[in-house]
Amino acid sequence: MKLTGAQALIKSLEMEGVEVMFGLPGGAILPVYDPIIDSPIRHILVRHEQGAGHMAEGYAHVTGRPGVAMVTSGPAATNIVTPLCDAYMDSVPMVCITGQVASTAIGTDAFQECDTTGITMSVTKHNWLVTDAADIPLVVREAFHLASSGRPGPVLVDVPKDISNQMMDWYWPTDADVEADLPGYRPTTRGNGRMIREAARLISSAERPVIYAGGGILKARAAEALLELVELTGVPVVTTLMARGAFPDSHELCLGMPGMHGNYTAVTSMQKSDLLITLGARFDDRVTGKVAAFAPEAKIVHVDIDPAELGKVRRPDVPIVGDCRLVIEELIKAVRALHQDESFEPADRARWIAQIREWQARYPLTYQRDPDDGSLKPQFVVETLRDNTPDDTIVVSGVGQHQMWTSQYWRFDHPYTWVNSGGLGTMGFAVPAAVGAKVGRPDRMVWAVDGDGCFQMTAQELVTASAERIPVKVAILNNAYLGMVRQWQELFYEERYSEVYLSPDLPDYVKWAEAMGCVGLRVESPEEVLPAIDKANQIDDRPVVIDFRTDSREKVYPMVAAGTSNDDIILGPSQGEGGR
Amino acid sequence: MTPPGTSSRHHILSVLVENKAGVLARVAGLFARRGFNIYSLAVAPTDDDRFSRLTIVVDVESAPLEQITKQLFKLINVVKISELDPARATEMELLLMTVRSEPGVRSQIMELVGIFEGRIVDVSPDALTLVVTGPPGKVDDFEELMRPYGIVELQRTGRVALPKLDRQAPRLRSVTGKVV
Repeated sequence: MKLTGAQALIKSLEMEGVEVMFGLPGGAILPVYDPIIDSPIRHILVRHEQGAGHMAEGYAHVTGRPGVAMVTSGPAATNIVTPLCDAYMDSVPMVCITGQVASTAIGTDAFQECDTTGITMSVTKHNWLVTDAADIPLVVREAFHLASSGRPGPVLVDVPKDISNQMMDWYWPTDADVEADLPGYRPTTRGNGRMIREAARLISSAERPVIYAGGGILKARAAEALLELVELTGVPVVTTLMARGAFPDSHELCLGMPGMHGNYTAVTSMQKSDLLITLGARFDDRVTGKVAAFAPEAKIVHVDIDPAELGKVRRPDVPIVGDCRLVIEELIKAVRALHQDESFEPADRARWIAQIREWQARYPLTYQRDPDDGSLKPQFVVETLRDNTPDDTIVVSGVGQHQMWTSQYWRFDHPYTWVNSGGLGTMGFAVPAAVGAKVGRPDRMVWAVDGDGCFQMTAQELVTASAERIPVKVAILNNAYLGMVRQWQELFYEERYSEVYLSPDLPDYVKWAEAMGCVGLRVESPEEVLPAIDKANQIDDRPVVIDFRTDSREKVYPMVAAGTSNDDIILGPSQGEGGR
Repeated sequence: MTPPGTSSRHHILSVLVENKAGVLARVAGLFARRGFNIYSLAVAPTDDDRFSRLTIVVDVESAPLEQITKQLFKLINVVKISELDPARATEMELLLMTVRSEPGVRSQIMELVGIFEGRIVDVSPDALTLVVTGPPGKVDDFEELMRPYGIVELQRTGRVALPKLDRQAPRLRSVTGKVV
């Protein structure tokens, strides 16, 4: 069967099981947009290429399958660099297809030409410039294989226009073909047995252990295995920003989020632990604080599928390269075997658990619930939303104060219900990612909790959502500031506020929402919160935006200032007697 | 100054890569992005035309060698990495140099080239172009000896290396224990 390169590309995506893709056409990708008309793949037309990338990410976060984005050359390719970098930092599987000028014009500074593979080399797991239409099926198969196996990540396929028009003989490569063409790619998935037994021994004998669960748990679909490990060992768990939902917040051994804005117990239990069982986490600076002062007495078991993470920041005592799910399953067997050994004496952890309970009681995560001035606290909005939406609601956030409040005050009891930009910290992530999440899980309610600064960066994708009938809901915590920057200027720059004021009224978010085909609502006082949420929840035929006018002075606490030790955690005014 | 050939800061990585467009850019880009320093780099095809071999001398003061090799190995086109301990490797480098040689000193230069088993490959009335190969330390020595004469231009290839062969003599089974 003879096909054009463009037809082969779309057919290859179909063969990979792609049901939906996000994109925007243009000159160099025109040939590939023609066969889309006849394809069962749903194409969602975005309003900006960055939106296509974040939608693909949102889709991938909630489904576990690679999100697909397709855009043209030049400015379209550069516009999607941010989502690629975001996906690379957070290990999100994503396949990006870009058009390129004709191969004969490459290097001539042709119209809308840019060195896409060169520009994206450092923000993708791998990328390709296709030079022969006959390579397309093999490259597409490899692209999906690389994006979704090992440590997942974004990949990019750059297709020159003449290659899209070139004829080729259709074929579909086998697994063996893919393997033979990738001689340097063999991810280790099974952990070393001796190391796993050593880890089991340490876990069973540690007096103050903590499981440090990262986003790798979700990527490896290891949430069930983690729950079984915790029930078996009784070890408390912290879930990082990327792992919220990987272990249920309502479980008595869940300590919540650690890090710069983690709660006191999560931060301090890591600091005082004698063993950190690190599962799919990477000792990010926002978790460790000052590395030299991080968990000084802890031995480290570190499980990660990426060998380069082991020893990158903190040297592990027991390094295990492997898939989190497979390793945890083996770890469970090893712990069981140890328990059956009659000479084995498990460590007494009663004192450790009692200590943790004391911290939890003494330094709860809280805020001023009844402010004298009747102001609307952002945390109250998050809590009310949490308590008046289904248990399995998918929550998406942007980056900044609203993101931290959502992570802190939401109760995540199911995996894949939290979508956010962790590593790159991409403002403007929420709206398009929520659209992608809703496309991936149309059966779930999807709420974006966004900041006013973030919302203004990518709000135009609500036009996409309206046009495509994708009923996402957006709660803007509108404090009229770039709030997190304001917080740092207040605390570390002597309240010298430089370029952070945004105004609560400009733009008018309600009118803007309506102009984009959404329902727009405004909430200015605590009593209006619940009625507005109830109203939004009843709307299922279009997007809804609620402009919550929240207290500008509110700050995110606890806080570990950048570069300081986690021992020097700063508590909020209402967060217990230890507030310093 | 410690001669580069003997510095413990420098480790040799022998990296087998797929012979595809852009692979060198990926390696160079990775080093730049992670802040690793390359001291020297040599690239050449191997006996199998699907692969090329990079011999990279890295500065391990810029980053731990383990991180460098692990990050390199994440590149999809990198097939195999061997670390060569300088003490257990045979290293070779080639130096091409044009040196001023007024008629009075020409014979001295020719004598030194002879000692270093080099060759003269081009001659003009007042300059010589010569080539010397050998372990990097020897090439360094030669460069220092030539400096007073006036080096006009100099090009070194960067080193290539292979592991040293086992020094133990092979057991000659047919001989031992056999009564002749």
